[in-house]
Amino acid sequence: MKLKVATTVNGRRHEHEVEPRLLLVHYLRDNLGLTGTHIGCDTSQCGACTILVDGKAVKSCTMFAVQAEGRSLQTIEGMAKDGELHPIQQAFWDEHGLQCGYCTPGFIMAAAYLLEQNANPTEDEIRKGLEGNLCRCTGYVNIVKAVQTAAKTMSATPAKKATVTAGGN
Amino acid sequence: MAVTQLVGSKIHRREDPRLITGHGHYVDDFTRQGTAFAAFVRSPYAHARVKSIDITDASKAPGVVGVYTARDFKGLLAGTHPAAPAFVAEKKYVPERFPIAEKEVTYQGEIVAAVLAENKSQAADAANMIQVDYEDLPAVMDLEKALEKGSPKAHLDGPDNVCWDFTYTGPEITEAAFKEADVVVTQRVLQNRLAPVPMEPRGVIADYEGFDQKLTIWMSSQNPHFIRLFVSGALGLKESQVRVISPDVGGGFGSKISPYPEDYLVPALSKISERPVKWTETRSESIQNATHGRGQFYDCEVAAKKDGTLLGMRVVQYVDVGAYHGTFGAFQPVACLMAGGAYKWKGISARTIGVLTNRVPTDPYRGAGRPEATHLVERMVDLVALELKMDPVEIRRKNFIQPKDFPFTQNFGLVVDSGDYEKALDKALDLVGYKDLVKKQAELRKQGRYMGIGFSTWIELCGFGPSAATAPATGGIALVESAQVRVTPTGSVIVYTGTHSHGQGHETTFPQIVADQLGVPYESVELRHGDTAEGTAFGYGTYGSRSLAVGGVAISRATGKVIDKGKKLAAHMLEAAEEDVVFEHGSFHVKGSPDKAKAFGEVAFASYGMNLPEGMEQGLEAVAYFDPPNLVWPFGTHIAVVEIDAETGSPLLTKYVAVDDCGNIINPMIVDGQIHGGIVQAIAQALYEEVVYDDETGQLRTGTMIDYMLPSANEIPPILLDKTITPSPTNELGVKGIGEAGTIAASAAVINAICDALSPLGIKHVDMPATPDKLWKMMKEAGK
Repeated sequence: MKLKVATTVNGRRHEHEVEPRLLLVHYLRDNLGLTGTHIGCDTSQCGACTILVDGKAVKSCTMFAVQAEGRSLQTIEGMAKDGELHPIQQAFWDEHGLQCGYCTPGFIMAAAYLLEQNANPTEDEIRKGLEGNLCRCTGYVNIVKAVQTAAKTMSATPAKKATVTAGGN
Repeated sequence: MAVTQLVGSKIHRREDPRLITGHGHYVDDFTRQGTAFAAFVRSPYAHARVKSIDITDASKAPGVVGVYTARDFKGLLAGTHPAAPAFVAEKKYVPERFPIAEKEVTYQGEIVAAVLAENKSQAADAANMIQVDYEDLPAVMDLEKALEKGSPKAHLDGPDNVCWDFTYTGPEITEAAFKEADVVVTQRVLQNRLAPVPMEPRGVIADYEGFDQKLTIWMSSQNPHFIRLFVSGALGLKESQVRVISPDVGGGFGSKISPYPEDYLVPALSKISERPVKWTETRSESIQNATHGRGQFYDCEVAAKKDGTLLGMRVVQYVDVGAYHGTFGAFQPVACLMAGGAYKWKGISARTIGVLTNRVPTDPYRGAGRPEATHLVERMVDLVALELKMDPVEIRRKNFIQPKDFPFTQNFGLVVDSGDYEKALDKALDLVGYKDLVKKQAELRKQGRYMGIGFSTWIELCGFGPSAATAPATGGIALVESAQVRVTPTGSVIVYTGTHSHGQGHETTFPQIVADQLGVPYESVELRHGDTAEGTAFGYGTYGSRSLAVGGVAISRATGKVIDKGKKLAAHMLEAAEEDVVFEHGSFHVKGSPDKAKAFGEVAFASYGMNLPEGMEQGLEAVAYFDPPNLVWPFGTHIAVVEIDAETGSPLLTKYVAVDDCGNIINPMIVDGQIHGGIVQAIAQALYEEVVYDDETGQLRTGTMIDYMLPSANEIPPILLDKTITPSPTNELGVKGIGEAGTIAASAAVINAICDALSPLGIKHVDMPATPDKLWKMMKEAGK
């Protein structure tokens, strides 16, 4: 049995017939070819598959594809606009917030939601806010720095902030 | 020097634009047309006889292409899993290992059957329908019991459970030192078994094209050339018929060095099915089957004089080998050779015993043997200081190998190339504010609070590495490194390295070296790696902090050869004698006449033309292999400050400082990043992580990320770094490795801080991981 699922991903509409058991992360990767969303565990601990669902950070391995029916999704591929990096992406680059890069898309999406909720987080708030994502390379030092830098840039240029809250629409 | 001065500069990474936008290419991001997906059936028992396997239902399941057991691979795969002799010359018993078990399974997770299906879900569904009849056998779990006469055996056919038992130096070598001693301190020190957990699990795609007899493998590997060597051998193919591509790799930490059963089975399945085959490891499969690290304990005695002079050390290392000898598993005894640390000793005796158990094999994990050595010696030195009521700083100072002593031949004959240990210590003491901390500690103790300061004055050997040391250790292949530098007619420079980057930033740092040396724009230099079809005949991969100190030097030498040829050609073009031509700032000119010059680009273009000196071939490219004359020896001081909650036993790291010395630095941003990550991996070992198996049944109890506790940002304190720079005399770049330094240093600093905090209770030693419940129990017990 297959069910229909219609979503908007990074501003584009998609419609597919999928098995009800198909996880959203597999739908994104295998059906839509959006392989920037990664899979790092099978128990929803690592956060590598974090995306925005109607603007909220969600681990896409915790949802079935069919539960995304009618929702607006944003993945890492939708963060840069018109060839310009999102301030969070830029900050991860500038602050060396990544090494192997596997966890990075999930961190960037989680950070986008964190900064949407709290535009000027303290270091402690950043560390707590990102505790659903795991990184094995950076020791989190430069990830925290990157989020601090992104927060500064985004407060200085509110227009940039708007691209996050749009949630992919 | 070149005018560009890229070396030493913080250059932002070239890797990043693709990785931060979701356009990286990890193995699971590819699928070939017509791919069949593999799933494996794994033993739920630690040790059992396989009585029968019923594949009837699975074979009929929807989408199934085929179901395969050991028999199907018998004619296809030859030989056994490679086991490098490494630092242990004498092996007692190395069990044969076929990638898929037939009659006996010896660890939970060992493969007994494989399924191919049209998609991943169908493969997983069918794997669940395979019925295996097992006869449960006693599991060997305890290292000491495993060595007793009459112990059950990890392999039914084995003579016993001793994989190796090797004495480097006997106790007699320490007799004089122990006779002279005023104090002798004895301690057993455990090394918790760890899962490396790179964020990207492993994955293999194999495409065997029968008509061409060509096999292409995409896999997540630190070591593609070695994989080509091993897999081609097992499949009976020539190395030239196999191409291994290791694209973007999401971390390795040692767990992606050695070949795995799936690395043989997936290509074999492609050959059988005549289709591309893809397998992606799940996280649970990874924790269960990817090699583990550490898993050891040490019985150690240290003799010292009243004034704190260290005299002698006796070490017996017990290594939990697991069910099979890991390919590089016997590198872990390097811990014995490094047990003396940064100090002078009259004598050190060392023996290593590798014990076979029914757990997944152990193999190198970030630091491999050197974190264990640091942890041991730094713990023992603190115990001596405690016994003598000495300041831990002073005992270290008193016993350090001094700058004037280098090159220093240590107790096992290894030559420490350089160092200035006190300089790093002093800098770290300033950075942490030691004097104030000591005062603060005294005040807090009066209030009944448990605050501790812990030191690790670590040293490391890395950069494998010399042919004379490594060729016998690998079983024949010397761990040198290769590089190729090619200059195109329009002056683009393409650099190939036999190392592999999986987070280390080689695409950025290696071109920094080449662009400086050639005096060309950084943008015109590109690094390629990870594809055995490109570059040199062989590459040696990335592990043991070797990429820069061996691979970087090879690149620099290949670049030097390009300059040499360029100089000959430029002399011809300038109608000057070769010895009168100098190369500076990207231009060849006649000595004393800077106007008579040819830019590097002009010479590159000319090298593809017709007007060449007699006997010169066209083109501008060179290959170099670098065989380092010695290992390189980074060092530093780490200081951890911890407070333990008296009510809950919870240890809170309040401060962490590290002063490290890796010689000359190519890119300080990347160096700091490596240190940060390394430190946190060792903090994780000290406080959180442990692979736990049931002692009786051998069932893995920490098989997912729910139970295996990787720290998040919220568990980690801010980390403060500084450096000293003592260039290595071992190579012309003056560089050492930095990839493992943090991991080698940090566990000792954290545990020493915890022991210091609890010393008022009479607690002398705490083993890892120092979890709140463990500390709480120790504190209750001590308070009685």
